[in-house]
Amino acid sequence: MNFWLIEAAYLVASALFVLSLHWMNDPKTARKGVLAGVVAMTLAILGTFLNPGIVHWGWIAGAVAVGFLIGVPLSWVPLTAVPQRTAVSHAFGGLAAGLVGTAKFYLWQDAPENLTAFRTFAIVAEVILGFLTFTGSLMAAGKLQELKWIPQRPVTYPLQNLTNIGLLGVAVACGVALVFQPVGLASLFPVIVALALAFGVLLIIPIGGADMPTVISLLNSYAGLSAVAMGFVLDNKLLVIAGALDGSSGLILSIIMCRAMNRSFTNVLFGAFGQVQQKASVAETRTAKRETPEGAAQVLEMASQVVIVPGYGMAVAQAQQRVRELYDELTRRRIEVKFAIHPVAGRMPGHMNVLLAEADIPYDKLIEMDDINPEMPQTDVVLVIGANDVVNPAARHDKASPIFGMPIIDADKARMCLAIKRSMNPGFAGIENELYFADRTYMLFGDAKAVVGDLVKQLQSSS
Amino acid sequence: MLCAPLLAAAMASEAPAHDGSAAAFTSLLFVFLLATFIGLGVVTRVSRLLHTPLMSLTNAISAIAVVGSIVIAGQDHPPVITLLGAIALAASMTNIVSGFLITDRMLRMFKKPGGEKRP
Repeated sequence: MNFWLIEAAYLVASALFVLSLHWMNDPKTARKGVLAGVVAMTLAILGTFLNPGIVHWGWIAGAVAVGFLIGVPLSWVPLTAVPQRTAVSHAFGGLAAGLVGTAKFYLWQDAPENLTAFRTFAIVAEVILGFLTFTGSLMAAGKLQELKWIPQRPVTYPLQNLTNIGLLGVAVACGVALVFQPVGLASLFPVIVALALAFGVLLIIPIGGADMPTVISLLNSYAGLSAVAMGFVLDNKLLVIAGALDGSSGLILSIIMCRAMNRSFTNVLFGAFGQVQQKASVAETRTAKRETPEGAAQVLEMASQVVIVPGYGMAVAQAQQRVRELYDELTRRRIEVKFAIHPVAGRMPGHMNVLLAEADIPYDKLIEMDDINPEMPQTDVVLVIGANDVVNPAARHDKASPIFGMPIIDADKARMCLAIKRSMNPGFAGIENELYFADRTYMLFGDAKAVVGDLVKQLQSSS
Repeated sequence: MLCAPLLAAAMASEAPAHDGSAAAFTSLLFVFLLATFIGLGVVTRVSRLLHTPLMSLTNAISAIAVVGSIVIAGQDHPPVITLLGAIALAASMTNIVSGFLITDRMLRMFKKPGGEKRP
């Protein structure tokens, strides 16, 4: 009887998980998607409680309480810190999968008939994926949080890729041996765990900040796949389905991120992007033209269409509210204001949209790169706030540039470009930006929040 | 309501054996394959605006590992195993709680087109 109730709960939960993702296709129905997810998860948990032989209710209640104690505060983080939070939860997901796999492996040592070749294979996959996601995600979170003892710049050393692949190879080889001798060679299991933990760290060390959006998506996928492997171990279809949904979502996001940077998976993982480019062009002393906030405000007032290109620099300067005020001032003058969102702007997929939504910018004004670029030649003013590489025209023609081939927002094709920048230092990836030296570009030097604030003041006083 | 007798009949029957056999493994492989295709289809249609909330939502969903953790932590096993299960359960619960809460918090911020002012 219980068996069928559990299966029914799991069946409904599976359907609701699919619907939950389906409703995310539109901001209007998205919150319904969250509700569906919550109901599905509740059903799954209640169903699992019906399993025979569950006796340690105290342990369960304690662990659930700990989950709430950590989880609730973790959901209050500022939106700039959402990438770190996401990485931390990938780590938790990987940890849970790894621990369950470990527990099952040792439990079944006493009942080896359970350790069929298929199951042992699934356990090995679960444990490798789970533990490498755990340490890898913790490293990624540390880099995103800019912890001092985790190097921000990619760390590389000779034969790095060979070492990494070798380590993983050894872990897989141990796993294969275990499939054939799950009891006799059980001492190999801790070796696999240790190698997976080490591999997670080594995988992230050579990856630079600019690649974090891709890496987070990839780890998302791994966390999902480790849940799938757990489903295979426990013979549980719900785990397989929910894990597969997560895995495919992470995969799609990674592909989108890679395309947006014109790079391949292997290049992201093994390319050590973001190293300081030692360019020989020291002699170049081009000068950029400066503009004052007064002048810039006048230019903005004369425009009929303004496109704002925000980058992570805007969020770092906490300039979103000022940007919203600027948006209000301009729309009040019947100027069309749009935001051009590059897929890799921010530190995780879609990050910029969330940051602007928090500042009450209506979401129909947030335009994707491919949709805004055709409008650029008819745009009077482009205002670049804290974005750099995503507007660098070098990506189009300079074959020597590390970002060559990356799709960019065509800020240089607008009638005029205003760029807010703290100083002329090159950006995160260490690449000089040609846009700042273009004929139609004028620079506004200073902190993004202060400069946009000045622009707003100028506009307010002139009205 | 028509399916009530069917359901009753199903409930009366024996639960099938789970034996980790090749057959069980293959049937899970089919489920995995189909679920992946459904996932790819559904997620490609997710609005790009919502990719950050999407990731926190799938975070919460993949915390379905909670199901395995409850069984390990709850059944009568040696204390070490129970402890492993309890840690896994706490980790999954954290993801469920924070994942759903933060997704909803972010989605509430997406204002409808038209740009009405903050009240």
